Amino acid sequence: MTVANAPVLVSGVAQAEPGRHPITEPAGPTRRSPLSGLAKYLGLAPFAVYVVIFLAIPTVLAIVTGFFTEDGSFTFSNIAGLFDPLVLGTFASSFWVSAVTAVIGSVVGALVCYALLGTRAGGALRSFIDSASSVLAQFGGVMLAFAFIAAIGSQSLLTLWLKDTLGLDIYADGVWLYQPAGLLVVYTYFQVPLMIITFLPALEGLKTQWAEANATLGGTRLTYWTKIAFPVLAPSFFGSLLLLFANAFSSYATAAALVSQGSPIVPLQIRAALVSETVLGRENMAGALALGMVVVMVVVMWGYSVLQARTSRWQK
Amino acid sequence: MFRKRTIAGIAIFAAAAITLSACSSATETPAAAGDVDAATATSAEDFGGLDALVEAAKAEGELNVIALPDNWANYGEIKAAFEEKYGITVNSADPDISSAEEIAAADNLKGQDTAPDVFDLGTAVTLASTDYFAPYQVSNWAEIPDDNKESTGLYVNDYTGSMSIGYNSNEVPEPESLDDLLGDDYKGAVALNGDPTQAGAAFAAIGLATVQQGGSLDDFQDGIDFFSELNEAGNFIPVNATPATIASGETKVVFDWSYNNLAQTSVVDGWKVTTLPGAAYTSFYNQAISADAPHPAAARLWQEFIFSAEAQNMFIVGGAYPVTIAAMNEAGTTDEDAIAAIGNLDGDIVTPTTEQAEAASALLAEKWAAAIG
Repeated sequence: MTVANAPVLVSGVAQAEPGRHPITEPAGPTRRSPLSGLAKYLGLAPFAVYVVIFLAIPTVLAIVTGFFTEDGSFTFSNIAGLFDPLVLGTFASSFWVSAVTAVIGSVVGALVCYALLGTRAGGALRSFIDSASSVLAQFGGVMLAFAFIAAIGSQSLLTLWLKDTLGLDIYADGVWLYQPAGLLVVYTYFQVPLMIITFLPALEGLKTQWAEANATLGGTRLTYWTKIAFPVLAPSFFGSLLLLFANAFSSYATAAALVSQGSPIVPLQIRAALVSETVLGRENMAGALALGMVVVMVVVMWGYSVLQARTSRWQK
Repeated sequence: MFRKRTIAGIAIFAAAAITLSACSSATETPAAAGDVDAATATSAEDFGGLDALVEAAKAEGELNVIALPDNWANYGEIKAAFEEKYGITVNSADPDISSAEEIAAADNLKGQDTAPDVFDLGTAVTLASTDYFAPYQVSNWAEIPDDNKESTGLYVNDYTGSMSIGYNSNEVPEPESLDDLLGDDYKGAVALNGDPTQAGAAFAAIGLATVQQGGSLDDFQDGIDFFSELNEAGNFIPVNATPATIASGETKVVFDWSYNNLAQTSVVDGWKVTTLPGAAYTSFYNQAISADAPHPAAARLWQEFIFSAEAQNMFIVGGAYPVTIAAMNEAGTTDEDAIAAIGNLDGDIVTPTTEQAEAASALLAEKWAAAIG
């Protein structure tokens, strides 16, 4: 840009002040980006409009409904409804499912990442696992639910095989696949790959010079991990953990396809409030539940961004 | 008018609206011919007779129906028969949504040519949504018993099922009483069609369990307790029963309306339907015309068709009991083979009153999640 602009600026200055030598003139202060003023914002507009229409407006409208009754008068009763023991219970279940799958996902994912460090960077195995993880991290919803019903449902090949050959009935105490316990198994399926794609770059960022410096100064492998690698990786690890938590906390479609009874997690409570044909007049409760989820998500994502900022210090 | 419900709806049903508009027709035909205002007509007479109504409906050329699955009470054939008979295209939107969502769709699509023309609704939603309906009385109005219709024709019962138990006879023995289902033969086998705090069919299953346990519809606690026991025995499977889960064998025993269970007998080898001796639980669905119907004449012709002997017999073929069956029996227009196949609806028939249904809903909202948790 600087190069392209230079002749124009030079000639402009030259015309205005013919007495001075153009080359000696400092060009800096008068230099302007070609995308100035309004143009700069126009470039952002498509994305901004998209976010406003498909994220901001629906979120605000959904939350606002939580503060009104069905006939449009202001009320706090929906918000008060959030503290109903039943609703608190579903928030607790959502928390529990999200936290457990996030911890399992991040630990297992981190171990896989560590193992991948042993493979050649850019090699076939690492590229394959990296790209497979990118795909699997996005595999969710009805397809994933039915994949699990087909794989480990009560009539599935695997379940029946275990029962017939090993005498092991995984559903001896009832079919847990369609309960929050089942969600743990299913969510972990997409949490591990998500951890791999978010955490692998951080591990790859560990510089061999640091290990060499540690060795030169008489450090051991243990001190390398406790004094160098862990402090450097910690923000990234916990940031990824939060991301996984948020990912599970906001998942709806997979749970909706799998869990039919009792609406044990918050997104399913929102569905129940909106679509029920037997318990009527709770549509606006959905807005209050959404507000509860947004509060949790804002806190989690704020924590994520703080940790992310610390992480990026070491990735320069 | 920008109502609060509309605001909520826009966010939630944006996707639905997009889907709907994709199958809409670009052309909108003018309403009824001549100076008849189809949107306010309350009978075929207002058009100048049935033939004039048919003409007006044909001029509109389309009918938007919503929440009518092809395999539900034979609606697939009923829609096709209507199309063939009158040459009117039936646009069937969102077949699998709930009654509450039908009303939400009417709200969100108001004023668009993709808005629903007619509804098929469960009782609770019907009673809560009368503002959305336009009154209309079909030609054979007198054949519908007084208890089954709103006096001005805002809504009218159309068909009912009997709450039944479908089971895969290749896998499990026939249940002869509710308590049989607690036995070891039914491990992880018994499912509902939906969550009773959301779906009418599952709600009715709890109602049936209540009366079968000797309770009354005033208090659904007995039914809730039964399912709680079933869950503790490891026999309840909390997945939504669908034709797919029935076919795969995931749900070997399903509480559902007789017409839904009967529809599976021809599809799934060994699938049989039984109703337990003692009280039978029924609940009518309701027809209503949308007050904002984009095709008001076609909507009214649909009502004439639904309550004609032709369509009422098609309900029987689908395993449902139509509302005009007594009049049809008298006139000799009942499809005898079809009724023989599903059996007459007799014995002690129970249906919850509005008050009973509301009390049961409140109880379920409070107790259900814990009962099967």
